[in-house]
Amino acid sequence: MQSRELVIIGAGPAGLSAAVEARRLGIKDVLVIDREPEPGGILKQCIHTGFGLHVFNEELTGPEYAERFIREAENLGVEIMLDTMVIELSADKRIVAVNNREGLMEIQAKAIILAMGCRERTRGAINIPGFRPAGIFTAGTAQRFVNIEGYMPGREIVILGSGDIGLIMARRLTLEGAKVKCVVEIMPYSNGLTRNIVQCLEDYDIPLLLKHTVVNIHGRKRVEGVTIAEVDENMKPIMSTAKFVPCDTLLLSVGLIPENELSRMAEITIDEATGGPVVNQRMETSVPGIFACGNVLHVHDLVDYVTREAELAARGAASYLADGGKKYEYVPVSTGSGLRYVLPQRINADAMTDSRQNFFMRSVRPMNKARLIIESEKGVIKSKAMRHVKPSEMISIQLGRDEVIGIKMLRFSLQEEGDGVERDG
Amino acid sequence: MADVVIIGGGVVGCMIARELSRYQLKIVLLEKEDDVASGTSKANSAIIHAGYDAKPGTLKAKLNVRGNPLFDKICSELDVPFKRIGSLVVALTDEELKALDELLERGKINGVPGLEIINRERLFKMEPNINKEAKAALYAPTAGIICPYELTIALAENACQNGVEIRLNSPVVDIKVENERMLSVITPGEIIHTRYVVNAAGLFADEISKMAGAEEYSITPRKGEYLIFDRRFGGIVSKVIFPTPTKISKGILVCPTVDGNFFIGPNSNDVQEKDDVAVTQKGIEEIVNGARRLVPDLPMRHVIASFAGLRAVSNTDDFVIEASKKVKGFVNVGGIQSPGLSSAPAIAEMVIEILKEEGLELKVKSDYNPERPQIFKFRHLSSEEKKELIRQKPAYGRVICRCETVTEGEIIDAIRRPVGARSLDAVKRRTRAGMGRCQGGFCSPRVVEILARELGISPLEVTKCGYGSEILKGRTKEFIETGGVAGAK
Ligand SMILES: Cc1cc2nc3c(=O)[nH]c(=O)nc-3n(C[C@H](O)[C@H](O)[C@H](O)COP(=O)(O)OP(=O)(O)OC[C@H]3O[C@@H](n4cnc5c(N)ncnc54)[C@H](O)[C@@H]3O)c2cc1C
Ligand SMILES: Cc1cc2nc3c(=O)[nH]c(=O)nc-3n(C[C@H](O)[C@H](O)[C@H](O)COP(=O)(O)OP(=O)(O)OC[C@H]3O[C@@H](n4cnc5c(N)ncnc54)[C@H](O)[C@@H]3O)c2cc1C
Repeated sequence: MQSRELVIIGAGPAGLSAAVEARRLGIKDVLVIDREPEPGGILKQCIHTGFGLHVFNEELTGPEYAERFIREAENLGVEIMLDTMVIELSADKRIVAVNNREGLMEIQAKAIILAMGCRERTRGAINIPGFRPAGIFTAGTAQRFVNIEGYMPGREIVILGSGDIGLIMARRLTLEGAKVKCVVEIMPYSNGLTRNIVQCLEDYDIPLLLKHTVVNIHGRKRVEGVTIAEVDENMKPIMSTAKFVPCDTLLLSVGLIPENELSRMAEITIDEATGGPVVNQRMETSVPGIFACGNVLHVHDLVDYVTREAELAARGAASYLADGGKKYEYVPVSTGSGLRYVLPQRINADAMTDSRQNFFMRSVRPMNKARLIIESEKGVIKSKAMRHVKPSEMISIQLGRDEVIGIKMLRFSLQEEGDGVERDG
Repeated sequence: MADVVIIGGGVVGCMIARELSRYQLKIVLLEKEDDVASGTSKANSAIIHAGYDAKPGTLKAKLNVRGNPLFDKICSELDVPFKRIGSLVVALTDEELKALDELLERGKINGVPGLEIINRERLFKMEPNINKEAKAALYAPTAGIICPYELTIALAENACQNGVEIRLNSPVVDIKVENERMLSVITPGEIIHTRYVVNAAGLFADEISKMAGAEEYSITPRKGEYLIFDRRFGGIVSKVIFPTPTKISKGILVCPTVDGNFFIGPNSNDVQEKDDVAVTQKGIEEIVNGARRLVPDLPMRHVIASFAGLRAVSNTDDFVIEASKKVKGFVNVGGIQSPGLSSAPAIAEMVIEILKEEGLELKVKSDYNPERPQIFKFRHLSSEEKKELIRQKPAYGRVICRCETVTEGEIIDAIRRPVGARSLDAVKRRTRAGMGRCQGGFCSPRVVEILARELGISPLEVTKCGYGSEILKGRTKEFIETGGVAGAK
């Protein structure tokens, strides 16, 4: 059994940012563990640009963004153990990890930061009928095949779901000479960032079929085509609109799920709305001394927010290591109408590590004009007008310590405001 | 030249092959797909039934009741997990209550041990998540669950160890008979002379029988669809939960798997084609509605996969296991629908008796070994065992499939063992890599890489389930050079 001060699980942008911040704060013994042979997490395969606008004021590619943190971590003496999978985690902060050099390792940590990222929702999760031939990939798997392994998953492609990875892959595969026939989205709006719709679909004349879904997959051995159909208001397919689209590949970009198997082993409380741990103002989970950040906590669309959140988690871990796990009372942060979730889910103003606290949230549906309302038990404490709100684009707002000190509860809600403009859905 | 040719590498063919491998015989098993357990034996309810359901006097009843107790020994010899968890037939109405009594009676006639009807109180104690309207249940303690493809693969491997030749990708395309006696079996690659043929071709057994000019019967495919759930919810039921059966089927059940997941299904619909294993929207609705009658609160957001299997329903309504009267040496083992898996050990015994009667000489081999060498499943080892294994074979320290914790060592072993895996699905069935909640999203690129390396082929040649199911279509840049999709194809 080895003893370590801070162990970070995952060397994606969350884990690396947390490691760098932890070292800067003077934590001497920082170990980052990742199962991949290279650090960088999902960014390794995101060779498109669009990373780092907020953190670096530059448009970097994923690998470039990761590289800055990898170099910084190395300079600061962070130990990164690669090709090593954490297979067990317990509430008393014991980790079991395995690799093919050291074999099975047991590690006792004083504090842990979870940064395991997320996985993609699969066909099973959305129950597409039909055969189960070769040629069905999640968009991220296809991205890995193309950008890392150098292989093409298909020539004629239909993409189900308009999540960002799917949109990015539509462009990538087109540039590689494949034909992307269409992107099919069941909702009346896209689930991707607006800039991705424009730059990845519209610029390449790839049709985006809203309110449509795949109702059947054809082909015994390899995909030969899919049947797509329009859906009604209840998202039930209208079979009279069904049509066959020949293709050899179906890519799925139907959502990401925070990867919390280890968190569950440690009996960390999970928020059903985010799919990640319930955390407090310093990104600490329900188990004292275990923190979480990045996609394992909630799915992010911008890596810059991941970095900010990870730095907060690192400050949290530093303060935990300093105060030795002092017990705090928390006020609940609840999600009112118009929002899918708000994070952190509970706070203690006295124990805030920063003078201002970031709150992250997502809307339940697109709204052209809306008002974000923040209430305490005494009434509205803040409200903010917002434009072009979309579920796919995370909302972030800060509250100062002075605004939350002494309150007993916080509730966030989002109210749509009429603007005379007609809306779809 | 062979003494016996077995057609079909399902659980039935492989069980027969293993039983026959006790004797001094040259045995060849032919399977048309690229792996054994590629037909019905890979997609079914995976239950070793107690045996109360089949009509008394039928082969189904007799062979099921005889087969069930044989599983403990077979599974321990082959190192295949088998859990005798028991089953419950739940009655929700007064009418169904009566049906329970009939089932109990039938079970007694069939000779099923330990059956009893239990009251609500005991039922809810056993299964707290069951429909609160349940009135009583028939409890069968001898019912068990198994992984049917793992069993089939283990049988094939053990048969192979004992000298059976297993030829994959070998569809039987013709059968030659001379003077009303078996002469040879023909595949695209070879002609095998043999005096005895066992027809265990599942859904295609009728066509094989016809090919040989033996007795005619017909097999129609009847589809059963399933949804399988994340292991996190595996504890929703602890026993096999059946509804009260109807005339056509045992109904839609809620059932744990040996790997700790649970599934719902199957429904029962006749289909036209013998390879129509497509899951349908209607089918999914049917099984969800059916399963909700038993367990109202299903975690529908945590379905990880759907699949379908085809029952080989014969027009005789019972198993067809007999020597042909028209072609000497040809033995039909057809119409093996449920409870075919449960009956398989007894079917094999019966087939051997038939072959003996037909004149096949059976001399016991001295070096027959019923035990399959130990297979390491990393996730089931203790810490000490894991440490030791990685020390000896470092490849067991590299986790490839993160959902099911499958290591590179296990995948390499699955490829190198007898009847080794040649495709992604074959690796999956042997190791569970890709069977978890992410369904291969993370590990499939790495499994492709390992298969290519081990088999000495290009990743472009790696398939999902044999020729025609290649995973990848080309290298990057390749389509651009050939003028994109327009010119290429
Ligand atoms: C395809 C795609 C496109 C995107 N495009 C953009 C964009 O254009 N601009 C932008 O700003 N943001 C973009 N994002 C969002 C942003 O980059 C991600 O949200 C961010 O990478 C998440 O970082 P993470 O560290 O939480 O997770 P990850 O990058 O997924 O890292 C998690 C790491 O943890 C490791 N790990 C997990 N479990 C274990 C374990 N048990 N043991 C050891 N290691 C483990 C994993 O191997 C992985 O390396 C995109 C995201 C994706 C997926
Ligand atoms: C929905 C469903 C649920 C079931 N549930 C249960 C249960 O819970 N318990 C139970 O006991 N039973 C159950 N059964 C029945 C059980 O699955 C079958 O009885 C059993 O798998 C039949 O095995 P088999 O070897 O006869 O057929 P198969 O597994 O179909 O094997 C036949 C093999 O022959 C090969 N073949 C065909 N033609 C040729 C050819 N020309 N040349 C070479 N090879 C050929 C095929 O590729 C195939 O691999 C269920 C069946 C279904 C469909």
